[in-house]
Amino acid sequence: MTLGLINANPIVHAKKERVARCEDSHCYFVRDIRDPEHPYSLEQLSVLSEESISVDDKLGRILITFTPTIQHCSMATVIGLCLRVKLQECFPPHYKVDIKVSPGSHADEEAVNKQLNDKERIAAALENPNLRQLVDECLYSNEL
Amino acid sequence: MDFDDEGSNFELKEIQTLSGHTDRVWSLAWNPATGTDDAQPVIASCSGDKTVRIWERSALTRSWDCKAVLEETHTRTVRSCTWSPSGKLLATASFDATTAIWENVGGDFQCVSTLEGHENEVKSVSWNASESLLATCSRDKTVWIWEVMPGNEFECASVLQGHTQDVKMIKWHPTMDILFSCSYDNTIKVWAEDDTGDWHCIQTIVSGHSSTVWAISFNAGGDKMVTCSDDLTLKVWEADIEGMRSGNNQVLWKHLSTLSGYHDRTIFSVHWSREGIIASGAADDAIRFFVESKDSVVDGPSYRLLLKKEKAHDMDVNVVQWSPGENRVMASASDDGTIKIWELATSSN
Repeated sequence: MTLGLINANPIVHAKKERVARCEDSHCYFVRDIRDPEHPYSLEQLSVLSEESISVDDKLGRILITFTPTIQHCSMATVIGLCLRVKLQECFPPHYKVDIKVSPGSHADEEAVNKQLNDKERIAAALENPNLRQLVDECLYSNEL
Repeated sequence: MDFDDEGSNFELKEIQTLSGHTDRVWSLAWNPATGTDDAQPVIASCSGDKTVRIWERSALTRSWDCKAVLEETHTRTVRSCTWSPSGKLLATASFDATTAIWENVGGDFQCVSTLEGHENEVKSVSWNASESLLATCSRDKTVWIWEVMPGNEFECASVLQGHTQDVKMIKWHPTMDILFSCSYDNTIKVWAEDDTGDWHCIQTIVSGHSSTVWAISFNAGGDKMVTCSDDLTLKVWEADIEGMRSGNNQVLWKHLSTLSGYHDRTIFSVHWSREGIIASGAADDAIRFFVESKDSVVDGPSYRLLLKKEKAHDMDVNVVQWSPGENRVMASASDDGTIKIWELATSSN
């Protein structure tokens, strides 16, 4: 783990008034996932927004894009892991999830996207206790 | 074998579903010494639940049962398993960075050796045809070659560096001591021993796949191989087998054909049957079969889709393996935690 924060001064936005979106019973609480480095949600840091997630229930596919706060964010893979774990909780197991950084938002976009979607790498990463703990902290933190 | 003549109606019949693993099943292997008149077919499977299961089909009921659960050895996901050519030993590769060797001692599987050395997750393990060598590969980007010594001892003969990323699978050529590896770095490497006994890379296929190459499989003759990738294609390669046999290490594998447009999600596994049917298992839960097309003319053989089995499993298909014994019998395993036994049959209309 790095000693200093990658991005010490992120821009923080006010939490949006959540308009009830209950026409489908999808769980949109991915936005409340805490950023790995700051006590703010991914939504507050504009990493995620309503437009970030598209779900195709017929095919059972989910595409989620997120915008890291800075171009060289090394936390991108951690955020990706958090999103994947959260989505696994909210959707039936057969749903296929693709996670990408929004185009142009990261210096190593292609490399990051490849790692975010390699099933074997994800499985191995989630078996790493340190990484798993960080993911759990981001998902289950009560600070929001 | 000309599949165009057999009336074009094939179907994949589900024989049985094997349940028991409590997490995704990553891989399986048919014991090559079984499936004959004397020995009932046996399959080993490995899982994210950290165990290996041994399944055997009963001679009496023709039904598959779980004969053994090999547990409390690997401390993380078991990613790959493979039997030695004689069927006497089973090698299992794990995310715990070790490779375990198991022997069936009077019906009881015992871990007789543990190979350590990789820095992180071991992804694949393969025995050469004469059972004198074992190869392993890992996310640490290396391929290790181990010599099989008497008394179940294994000695590291070489640590092969060259891949720039995670090595996903390694496979020995079916008849010759030439090793093939494929990687997250999108390349396939060919490794051979020179006169002084040193192993090195004799070919790197770089301009083939445009994303992670997940698996390699050889045809029965050993003069062709097929690879599958995250780039959604299968690629067929060929080499001059006679040249290879005469010890010419300069023989290169050349691209023969690309099968694209058939898969829309990552292809994790590919296996070439003795008869020439290529089976693929993909992240869209489907299994597909391809055969050489007789219609191809000018640029050499091309391949056509024989059959697509949608929803073969409820989740990603991680592995497809043809039975070494029975004709057109195949096994597959999935993220859904099950293994399925299939028969590719011609359907009567």
